[in-house]
Amino acid sequence: MLAYLVRRLLYGFVTVLGVLGLLFVLFFLYAEPIDIARRALGDKAPQAALEQWVHSHGYDRPRLEQLVDHYRSMLTFDFGRSDADGTLLSDRLWRGAGPSLTVTVPTFVLGVCLGVGLALFVAYFRETYIDRAGVVICVLAMSVSIVLYIIGAQYLLGKLLRWFPISGFDPRPELVLRFMALPWTIGVLAGIGGDVRFYRTVFLEESSKDYVRTARAKGCGDGRIMLRHVLRNALIPILTHVVVAIPLLFTGALLTESFFGIPGLGSLTVDAINQNDFSSLRVIVYVGSVLFVLGQLLTDVAYTLADPRVRLE
Amino acid sequence: MEGHVVSNAVVLLLLAVAAWVLRRVGRSELWREAGRELLRRRPLALAVLGAFTLLALLDSVAWRSPAEGAGYRPPRSLVDRIFPEDFDEASYSAPLADVEFYGGAALRHPGRHWLGTDILGRDVLHLALKGARVAMLVGGLTSLIAIPLALFLGVAAGYRGGKVDDAVTFAISTLASIPSLLLLIVLIMVIGRGPLQVCVALGVTSWVGLCRVVRGEALKLRELDYVQAARALGASEGSIVRRHVVPNLMHLVVITFVLLFSSMVLSEAVLAWLGLGLDGSWGQMIDQARDELARDPILWWNLAAASSFLFALILAVNLIGDAVRDVLDPRTLREGP
Repeated sequence: MLAYLVRRLLYGFVTVLGVLGLLFVLFFLYAEPIDIARRALGDKAPQAALEQWVHSHGYDRPRLEQLVDHYRSMLTFDFGRSDADGTLLSDRLWRGAGPSLTVTVPTFVLGVCLGVGLALFVAYFRETYIDRAGVVICVLAMSVSIVLYIIGAQYLLGKLLRWFPISGFDPRPELVLRFMALPWTIGVLAGIGGDVRFYRTVFLEESSKDYVRTARAKGCGDGRIMLRHVLRNALIPILTHVVVAIPLLFTGALLTESFFGIPGLGSLTVDAINQNDFSSLRVIVYVGSVLFVLGQLLTDVAYTLADPRVRLE
Repeated sequence: MEGHVVSNAVVLLLLAVAAWVLRRVGRSELWREAGRELLRRRPLALAVLGAFTLLALLDSVAWRSPAEGAGYRPPRSLVDRIFPEDFDEASYSAPLADVEFYGGAALRHPGRHWLGTDILGRDVLHLALKGARVAMLVGGLTSLIAIPLALFLGVAAGYRGGKVDDAVTFAISTLASIPSLLLLIVLIMVIGRGPLQVCVALGVTSWVGLCRVVRGEALKLRELDYVQAARALGASEGSIVRRHVVPNLMHLVVITFVLLFSSMVLSEAVLAWLGLGLDGSWGQMIDQARDELARDPILWWNLAAASSFLFALILAVNLIGDAVRDVLDPRTLREGP
């Protein structure tokens, strides 16, 4: 187990090195320094100002030196300052993490619970009209763009029904629920169609297995079969689906955050896009990938916990 | 070369390729059977998809009318020619209205804007119809980039093995460990925001999944008896890949193509929201209309038109995708009505 973990960690490390290599190619080799400067300063900036900008941000150093510096700063998580406004990037990441997690963690937990619950319900009524209707609703829900969920829910729940404030963010605990209810609802709604369908397929596949038939032959009730047998055995594919999404919680719900004015990492990314701030973008992508690699490791560990037959070799 | 000339040529090329593919596919009884089964299961969705494809093709054929007066005339496509040449109003007007929405001045074409006009006075139905071309471009061009790449690298890795496999696996795991929306944003920011660049970025982010599937399948096919037999009979590696490996992967390609298509069009809507999308897409229409619901009285037709067109296309493609998977891959669980 330990040897396996070490090997996986090493492999993950190599993957992260690969990601850093790709980022270097994109940001330092493909993008011309003068171009980056022009994007940061605007098209009308004089040539001298552009060169001054390139020099002061260190984009005119030898490539090799930049490469070494890029790997060193990223691997030691010493991200330096933003090209756009000179703030410390690690500070901004830390400050953005809180609001982002406030949006995404409850969305994630609610989404998984509701998704698994609904899928169990639909799978319990398989081959009936309830099941058919469930699948149709899922496909319909999957075909709506997330952008529309945001606009529609804000209009319906925020403006017409006036249940929630239209946008804003307040970290005080008594106000969090008030402001967050709308983003949470949207996040859950946007993912639920695909999730329910996926879980349902998993449940149906599981319930066609022999041990389920045996349980039924022994007189086990349908509800008990679903909860005690099918759900527990379907945990493996569900875990893969769920755990891989955990690191994405950190990078946040990009669209929701920018639309509702929540000052999280999603907003940070959107700001970086609007300001052409390549330095922030680089760091956000890197952190996102590191977390993703860790998430995959977590999935493997979760496997052994869920299924004693799985031995990590 | 002018834009509309290129696009006319591309339409001809596409029609030729489609005819060739249909002929090739038509020779095989299995594919014909699958096609009939698909048509039987999803006639409506196929019709919707066909209508959008037709719209996209019609909108790609354009020419310049012989100039009557002086001045520049942009080339107009067949879809543009459905509408009168000078169809713009001054600003917003409601569907089928006779007067402008703000101010109430008389319209130049009263009652003829079926879905109203937008802030610049452009006809919304016209814009929404033109969006079909952008959506097809996003879905189609992206797949044309992603699928050959995935197929080539996947077969090379799975069939060849060794160093090639290591390299491809490393590339796949590297790309897969970057959250896809972030990768997409970074690529577009760095390589540029034109239509071709956006499609390349979408293609680069989406070939990984298919490549992984193709690699696994090629790995399995390599060991199968008929491949071993062909090798024993002295068939060259190239012809084994061409005759035995690739045809047996095609069902995966078709399934992935349909799934990719809808996810690409939806991604484009998200990108448009971030200001990175393509000009004239439904996503861009939605993005421009995002504040219109907040007005009083509300302006709903822009948003409604763009989102219903988007929804109709995605729903049709999703439904077809399910049917295609059921028809072509007998191992998957049959589901749904």
